[in-house]
Amino acid sequence: MSTPEEITAQRARWMTVAQKAGTPLMSVLLAMIVGSLIVLASGGDPVAAFSSLWEGAFGNAYQTGETIMRSTPLIFTGLAIAYGFRAGLFNIGAEGQLFMGGLAAAWLGIVLAGLPWFVILPVMLVLSAVAGALWAFIPALLKAKVGAHEVITTMMFSFIARYFVSYMLNGPLKAPGPGGTPGTIPISAVLPPQSTLPKFTDLFPWLPPNNAHVGFLVAIGVAVVVWLLLKYTTVGYEARAVGFNPFAAQTGGVSIALTTVWSLCISGSLAALAGASEVMGVHHRLSDQFSAGFGFTGIAVALLAKNHPIAVIPAALLFGGLAAGSGFMQLNANVPDKLVDIVQALVIFFVAAESIITWFIKRRQKEATRNA
Amino acid sequence: MPVLELRGVTKVFPGVVANDDVSLTLERGEIVALLGENGAGKSTLMNVVYGLLTPDGGEILVDGNPVRIRRPRQAIDLGIGMVHQHFMLVETLTATENIVLGREPTRLGVVDLAVARASVVELSERYGLKVDPDKRVMELSVGMQQRVEILKALYQGARILILDEPTAVLTPQEVTELFGVVRSLVTAGLSVVLITHKLEEVLASADRVVVMRDGRVVGETRPSDTDEISLARMMVGRDVVLRVEKGPANPGEVALEVTDLDVDDDRRLHAVKGVSFQVRRGEVVAIAGVSGNGQSEIIEAIVGLRRPRGGSITLLGHDITHSSTASTIAAGVSHVPEDRHRRGLVLEFDLAENLILGDHRRMPFSRRGFLRPKAIAATAKKRISEYDVRTPSASVLAGNLSGGNQQKLVLARELGRDPECLIAAQPTRGLDVGAIEFVHKRILAERDAGKAVLLVSLELEEVQSLADRILVIYEGRLVAEFAGGQVDAETLGVYMTGGGRGAASGVSTTGGVSA
Repeated sequence: MSTPEEITAQRARWMTVAQKAGTPLMSVLLAMIVGSLIVLASGGDPVAAFSSLWEGAFGNAYQTGETIMRSTPLIFTGLAIAYGFRAGLFNIGAEGQLFMGGLAAAWLGIVLAGLPWFVILPVMLVLSAVAGALWAFIPALLKAKVGAHEVITTMMFSFIARYFVSYMLNGPLKAPGPGGTPGTIPISAVLPPQSTLPKFTDLFPWLPPNNAHVGFLVAIGVAVVVWLLLKYTTVGYEARAVGFNPFAAQTGGVSIALTTVWSLCISGSLAALAGASEVMGVHHRLSDQFSAGFGFTGIAVALLAKNHPIAVIPAALLFGGLAAGSGFMQLNANVPDKLVDIVQALVIFFVAAESIITWFIKRRQKEATRNA
Repeated sequence: MPVLELRGVTKVFPGVVANDDVSLTLERGEIVALLGENGAGKSTLMNVVYGLLTPDGGEILVDGNPVRIRRPRQAIDLGIGMVHQHFMLVETLTATENIVLGREPTRLGVVDLAVARASVVELSERYGLKVDPDKRVMELSVGMQQRVEILKALYQGARILILDEPTAVLTPQEVTELFGVVRSLVTAGLSVVLITHKLEEVLASADRVVVMRDGRVVGETRPSDTDEISLARMMVGRDVVLRVEKGPANPGEVALEVTDLDVDDDRRLHAVKGVSFQVRRGEVVAIAGVSGNGQSEIIEAIVGLRRPRGGSITLLGHDITHSSTASTIAAGVSHVPEDRHRRGLVLEFDLAENLILGDHRRMPFSRRGFLRPKAIAATAKKRISEYDVRTPSASVLAGNLSGGNQQKLVLARELGRDPECLIAAQPTRGLDVGAIEFVHKRILAERDAGKAVLLVSLELEEVQSLADRILVIYEGRLVAEFAGGQVDAETLGVYMTGGGRGAASGVSTTGGVSA
């Protein structure tokens, strides 16, 4: 039995959920409307374009699988960016941590070959996350100790990570060519089956064929963990306090330096999981082209999700769906797949514009109450 | 004919009627004080007049003509000027540049600074508002910045001047000077509306007092026909204790001891120079001084937010000189920061989350890194009722509370943890009479419960009514010590501004700040 107060409190909570979700949904809708106008202006048929985009994203089991597969890394990077933002940090270098995570996964997958899957998979995921955390640790330390801005340092570390991966793929990790000849392309050896994440169809053979893999479930689990971490642990509490108001946090005995280091490392570990899950679930080997800018799309995902870990999941599905549907749309509606880029850009634009608008409204309200 | 008349002005915000059928007149050459608690609707009313807010009903007449003011520009064109509580100056520009900004005299399309400077000098001499026209605003004292704001309004041709809480940031001497300036303005034919919640100022300076409460005008009187007690009653709607009853102090062992403390400020300048004092259990020690004389640095050093350059700080005999903020809190030091928005609260956190800040790593609020929502909610509920924080629930964001309730929230947290020593900086800044009464009572209750209380305040009223001992700080040094109740505001004012050293009390220098 709930008391009337509890019921009203619950209702109020749902109201705020609806309010919070309302504006991002509106941005997506607006982006589609403006996108339609653009299609119309260039002589296309917007209805055909968007319906084939939908077909391509969720039209059948295979396409739905594509969407899920493409969303998986975006959930991880979206979580990484969102966690950073909650702590007042802009981890623009998620792409670099993703590369380090991928590298760690590829190396471990080969080195640990022979262990059973139920040991090797968790070890690979955890140690890849640690690799990402370590890669974020140096920028975090620089930020905490000397105030070097994380936007610059993590970005620069991304370049180092990418070229380090290239070096490894051209050297120590390079796969040998056929018949024991030296390899010619910068690509790692294929991981043994027990160190890859199975496809859904591997587990449930009755499913229609598609490419979605278990990494998606891991991503959803991690999203829930991040949500709990932020809401119910002292680490998350301190991160949010520092993110909202570092001065008040400091006055309350929270170490800003320590919180910064922790938060950026957690963010880095989440980004690294994106790399690990791509290597383990999709490519089953490491190449230097294995990320389609997931680290950067993650920023858009976090923005659309308003940095809420659970909301990151639908936001990532939207961007994953756009990516999966764009080729289909180009083929069937004869609309260039660049439209998807435009829609993506518009979504981000309207989400950003929305926060500008609410910022304005808030400011007006604040002024009004202050002056009342 | 009044220069300004409001008839039945109504302004509604979502959920609140900020002004309800408010009528008011202002005659030429008159100072009208608009008195009321925070949230009574004074500033809203004046923002309507200045065109910052659009009224939902009623009429505004200037010189007997009905006008519609939708923008500050229109108000300025009608001869209405307003000086806001938070100054709106460009810090990196000079006084002259700020004053003429928006109406710069030009020659061939280029700002003619010589002409601008000349008219500023002329204006400032005419009204006795001395400022250095060539100094950058950032180099001016707060009092001087306020003069720049007033000059700006005059330069724009104001005949009606609205001053929003003008004395909140001034020293006693600056307040006296300001009222001198205001008097000379009205003598010259201007009319002034003074928004305030300070009773003594109203009685000292206004020609007429209009009292507002809950958005309505509840009374109008002349200073000669009233006194502080009846004004306070009108303002709050009930009897208020202006000066809390205080029994004699019962000082016990030394709780907080500061010895030869040296602290640098943010610019690495020596801000606190060899300060020593003790605070015993059961007494309130106040540090009085003009803002920026090292008070903040002393507090920050004690609570571990700033590393002292030298000296030592002990709490009940334990050295806490270099303790972190977290361990200082754990040792029993509570801190009510001077800026509750910046340091006191996380405005985006709800009340429950704010109430555990500083104790969040300890039982009962967390165990092994996990927060305990039930314990947090239970404590929040208890503290909210105990400290009379007016809120629909503990899950309201702190930013949505009124200033008085926010301060009660800070007190609920800092006193709720049952500290050994309370450090309160400007604990009643910006609060209205009712909330001030509450805060003062709580602070004295802590004293009477055997806690050591260190009060830092710019309000001499507050220092005098609460302190058992008063230390005066000037340029980082303690320059005088008085027993509470043994010294008048003028004497304190003299020491606070660098005068009086070596002189007998009651010296009559105005205490111009000199290094």
